[in-house]
Amino acid sequence: MNKKTRSLIQYMTLTPYSIWAAVFIVVPLVFVAYYAFTDQNFHFTFDNISRFFTATSQIDDGESVKEVHTYLVIFMRSLKLAVISTVICLLMGYPLAYIMARAKERTQSILMTLIMIPMWMNFLIRTYAWMTILQDTGILNSILSALHLGRVHIIGTETAVVIGMVYDYFPYMVLPIYSVMAKLDVRLLEAASDLGCPSVSVLRRVIWPLSLPGVLSGVTMVLIPSISTFYISQKLGNGKFYLIGDAIEGQYTANNLHFAAAIAFILMVILLFCMQLIQKLTNRKIIVP
Amino acid sequence: MKRASKIYTALIMVFLFAPMVILLVFSFNEAKSLSVFSGFSLKWYRELFRDEETLKAVVNTLVLAVLAALISTVMGTAAAVGMNRLRSRVLRTAMDSVTNIPMINPDIITGISLMLMFVFVGRLFGAATSLNFGTMLLAHITFCLPYVILQVLPKLQQMDKALPEAAMDLGCTPFRAFFKAELPEIMPGVITGMIMAFTLSLDDFVISYFTSGNGFQTLPIRIYNMTKKTVTPKMYALATIIFFVILTLLLISNLYDEETVQKRREARANKKNAKEART
Repeated sequence: MNKKTRSLIQYMTLTPYSIWAAVFIVVPLVFVAYYAFTDQNFHFTFDNISRFFTATSQIDDGESVKEVHTYLVIFMRSLKLAVISTVICLLMGYPLAYIMARAKERTQSILMTLIMIPMWMNFLIRTYAWMTILQDTGILNSILSALHLGRVHIIGTETAVVIGMVYDYFPYMVLPIYSVMAKLDVRLLEAASDLGCPSVSVLRRVIWPLSLPGVLSGVTMVLIPSISTFYISQKLGNGKFYLIGDAIEGQYTANNLHFAAAIAFILMVILLFCMQLIQKLTNRKIIVP
Repeated sequence: MKRASKIYTALIMVFLFAPMVILLVFSFNEAKSLSVFSGFSLKWYRELFRDEETLKAVVNTLVLAVLAALISTVMGTAAAVGMNRLRSRVLRTAMDSVTNIPMINPDIITGISLMLMFVFVGRLFGAATSLNFGTMLLAHITFCLPYVILQVLPKLQQMDKALPEAAMDLGCTPFRAFFKAELPEIMPGVITGMIMAFTLSLDDFVISYFTSGNGFQTLPIRIYNMTKKTVTPKMYALATIIFFVILTLLLISNLYDEETVQKRREARANKKNAKEART
């Protein structure tokens, strides 16, 4: 192939996508920053950003009225619930991924399909199903009272939001861990136990470090959507637990585009920072024997 | 599997499927109740099929998903071919990182960022509302593209680089060489990419929510609007239908997979036999 045709092919194949990526991926992110740092008349301002850190509101917790930083509280709550959900997903998903990877090939593919079916349902429907179950007059309570076990009030609590997040994003944790574990060399595990390594140590010193890349991508794939979600908290938290996603959506619905952009910008920066941090920390972990 | 593993797996499956089963059961409930099953009835299904807004949303979703999948597959495949041939490291890294952005960014940020741009550009042209079917299609193509590229790129890397060169040495134009030699090799990746793009587009709510105008509803947006107000089990009927459509599609694709694996195995065996016969 001569040089001319080669560069022609490259030009023809790459140009449309390059332009598309620039216009629809890069430029919109610039717009987020642009809106975040301007006011209604597109004059430069820090107001939107500083509003995020300084805006206060009053919370009446029944006994006393407290003054709190509105958006900082919302952000910390999002972070807390997202971290709890991610940890639960990991604790539930890691053993399952391990069991799957050790099962017969046929069982593996059946389990894979089973885990993916709920994932293919829209997350609105999945969340809504839990709302049906957890309601005060819902299935769970009618089962409990039929068994004379009393009733529980879950809907509208943080627990309900966490249940929703875990349910919605659980497959995203299992699948990456499973795909790493399925490729794991069984001889390594055998070698470890042949050399007298107790099975707990095999898990801690062989399986865990080798599965870390899968864990890492599972954690990212659960943490990011759960920190930025806005439907789950509205439905399962009865709108009482505003999350950062709800704040963005609320400002968008109120047509406060500049402040919505500011919150999105801050969220983006924090997530970028967190991901760098996770990568740094885990890299160090891999090296340490 | 050991007994404990079996029990554990079963428990997780109950957790995953209980909500689906409950939706399914209550879609056939005669009363509106969400906790007491008072009798079998198809009335919610009848009501669903009379709900024109939902039916229109189904059509909208399908049109959007087909268009988004086709366009992103063509553009994404071309991009993957070009990226695979890039010699410059810097350019390649730059392309890779930009392609990763929509996959790493939370949907809400992708949605907000596109919406801000559309609104800004619309305002420049003096339009009152700039969000419509077109903006939604642009958004869907954008978030589908990286997935197509990521499916096609590995197939290109596995392919024998001499293949297109040989085709051209034998007199093919570069264009023809691509379609005759390269494309058949990477076709599995292209098809997987297209299916992924299609399902992602079907399923997307968050990005659609921010980039759609008021008049245009996709099915997820319709579901959102339905669940915003008081509940009707019509939603359950809809969920049940979606569930069975998905189940059927998954089963078909699994069967197809097993068949192709089987065929490939046979083909490989035949080739081997032929080789042995020759020597």
